[in-house]
Amino acid sequence: MLLEARGITKSFAGVRALDGVDFDVRPGEVHVLLGENGAGKSTLVKVLAGVHSPDDGRVERAPGTRLAVIHQELALVPNLSVAENLFLGRPPRRFGFVDKARMRHDAQRLLDRVGLRLDPATPVGGLGIAQQQMVEIARALDLDAQVLVLDEPTAVLTDTETDRLLEIMAELRDRGVGLVFITHHLDEIRRIADRITVLRDGRSVGVLPRGASVDRMIELMVGRAIAERYPRRRGTPGEVLFEVEGLTRAGAFQDVSFRVRAGEVVGIAGLVGAGRTEVVRAAFGVDRYDAGRVKVAGRVLPGHDVRAAMRAGLGLVPEDRKAQGLVLTSTVGDNLGLVTLRSTARAGLVDRVGQRTRAREVADALRVKTSGLGQSVRELSGGNQQKVVIGKWLLADPRVLVLDEPTRGVDVGAKVEIYELVNRMTAAGRAVVLVSSDLPEVIGMSDRIVVMAQGRVAGELPAGTTQDRVMALAVQEFPA
Amino acid sequence: MSSTVDGRTAFARRALADNGALAGLLLLVVALSVLAPSFLSTQNLLNVGVQAAVVAVLAFGSTYVIVSGGIDLSVGSVAALSAMVGAWSSAEAGLPGPVALLLGLLTGVVAGLVNGTLVAYGKLPAFIATLAMLSVARGLTLVVSQGSPLTTPDVVSFLGSNLTPFLPVPLLVMLLFFGITGFVLSRTYSGRAMYAIGGNEEAARLSGIDTKRQKLVVYALSGLFAAVAGMLLAGRLSSAGPQAAVGYELDAIAAVVIGGASLSGGVGRATGTLVGALVLAVLRNGLNQLQVSPFWQQVVIGAVIALAVLLDTLRRRTR
Repeated sequence: MLLEARGITKSFAGVRALDGVDFDVRPGEVHVLLGENGAGKSTLVKVLAGVHSPDDGRVERAPGTRLAVIHQELALVPNLSVAENLFLGRPPRRFGFVDKARMRHDAQRLLDRVGLRLDPATPVGGLGIAQQQMVEIARALDLDAQVLVLDEPTAVLTDTETDRLLEIMAELRDRGVGLVFITHHLDEIRRIADRITVLRDGRSVGVLPRGASVDRMIELMVGRAIAERYPRRRGTPGEVLFEVEGLTRAGAFQDVSFRVRAGEVVGIAGLVGAGRTEVVRAAFGVDRYDAGRVKVAGRVLPGHDVRAAMRAGLGLVPEDRKAQGLVLTSTVGDNLGLVTLRSTARAGLVDRVGQRTRAREVADALRVKTSGLGQSVRELSGGNQQKVVIGKWLLADPRVLVLDEPTRGVDVGAKVEIYELVNRMTAAGRAVVLVSSDLPEVIGMSDRIVVMAQGRVAGELPAGTTQDRVMALAVQEFPA
Repeated sequence: MSSTVDGRTAFARRALADNGALAGLLLLVVALSVLAPSFLSTQNLLNVGVQAAVVAVLAFGSTYVIVSGGIDLSVGSVAALSAMVGAWSSAEAGLPGPVALLLGLLTGVVAGLVNGTLVAYGKLPAFIATLAMLSVARGLTLVVSQGSPLTTPDVVSFLGSNLTPFLPVPLLVMLLFFGITGFVLSRTYSGRAMYAIGGNEEAARLSGIDTKRQKLVVYALSGLFAAVAGMLLAGRLSSAGPQAAVGYELDAIAAVVIGGASLSGGVGRATGTLVGALVLAVLRNGLNQLQVSPFWQQVVIGAVIALAVLLDTLRRRTR
């Protein structure tokens, strides 16, 4: 046993985050930690790493065991090079000076090990988030940790990158490293887990063996069986509400067209970097575009004007809820009221009572788990934070709502609630655009799927298509 | 009956826990009234209020800026320039007092709009834009005044006088602007937008808030408040000096920060800033009463600023 925790209990401000949890890590295994957002996974990891000391219970490590944690939030210095980040705080030295040649050489070796083809001199800030993640993993590898904790590393990775990461994890396991793996992707668990500990509401509700069924995992995690993972209810599409025609921005996307009808969910699939997010941001007026036009209910929107897009009835739930969706320093109530702040104000004065009433209604309707509207939104779990971002848009009642990765890092239970919300919107005659990297989700929830590759529309597929067909379009190459 | 009393003590306890600076201020007042018997006299307390007024009004303006994630280093210079323009308009150009006062206030707004334009549309860091304005406004003050003080019009001198022996005008102006600031921050669209912009500008923009225009509002308000503070200061002396309010921007920032605002934006309140300004004024006054040398006063004040923010940080962390 490399690491053994017994009866861990931990409370924050009277709220019990962990309640008598047992957990251990053996050499040469992948031990998955599974649970909904707010179940206590991250707290447990922090207790294991010694960041929090438990109120009760104890953590024992085998002598000399080193533990490295790869967090969801990346801890890299953007303006330093990949090599400098890999050896941050402990660069190879010669005569007291940094040995740049050796650093470069060692960095290259580490990058090769994680299969990242990159010049070690590249500044980290210029890398995509997936590549940054791999750099973090490479750094942990060099620390030679016997226990490696990966906290949702695949949430931002593409399928190929995920495959590569799982391979690396398998290699590490074969070398005797004990891995703790946190993920919401149940198929990944089926592929790599040796043991699965399921947490719910701060308690360990069961340990499953390798090969446990997805249904069993969900049932333990949610505490009940979920009938349908993708409960899409289709209606008859109405008039065209949202049209993107020949949208082009040099170097980002080219000649992108699609239309969405009332009552319809149109999915946008594609690999990371295919230009999906760029297109919807430009359509919403956040960023510029060079050519093409965007129409909502037949009216052409002026470019680069978020407020005009909003007035026309367009809404966008952005892909990164912490960086783009939430004001983390504010309360749940203030965040819910952000989009409607202006439209409900009179003579520059905020409609405080109305804003509060509406926020409470939408928080109840979305079943946001919060102690009240005055709670800091920072304290909510990921799934509940996402509900707040969606909720502030629901209050504006947009005719067309674009959801960019709405369920990233969100647990199964909350995912289904978000899907039900999409159903309610389309049933009320609204249109939804669903941008997602989660193929089963896009296929399960969309009525049509637009697949993008290299900044262009590679093709359109009907509902109920297969993952293979989507991927075949997504990897399509266009002549330059 | 007892439940109201409980409610009141609970409210008081929450107010204290919520605002470490208020607890510090009360502690300071108690300590000084024991150490220096003359401290608690009505006349002296009114003095403290008057002394706090200039920095408090500057600091209310800075609260908007800091809540929205910016910084305004130019408020001391803008205060001096506004007062000088007011004094020059009446003393040299012969305009009626009220018109001169308005021109002075307008000067503050214009300086603020320039700051806001540079920050919002020129994409300059607020530190740089307002550092430039600090120098420009001070230079213009010297140009306008030709280096010597000018007499203020009566209407400005009134701002520094007493209505009755127990009712100093600066105190009233401070309370008025405290009320305005509390109202703007909590009730107006612009005020709520400031919190959103300071907390997460990108999220604010994606929620349809016109972040650029709101930044203009923020710096214009800061400039206007600086001009009012400048008038208060000049009014007390009945003269606008070219070297007035040098370094006051740092006192203003200190007051806002002691009041619990975060320099990274999104957090801050009018009550906190008022308490912060009072802490600085009480401290200065008390140290004078205790006949501490001005040299050591600076040391003590610096230490108190560091201590106040340190305690606040620790308090937040233990939550």
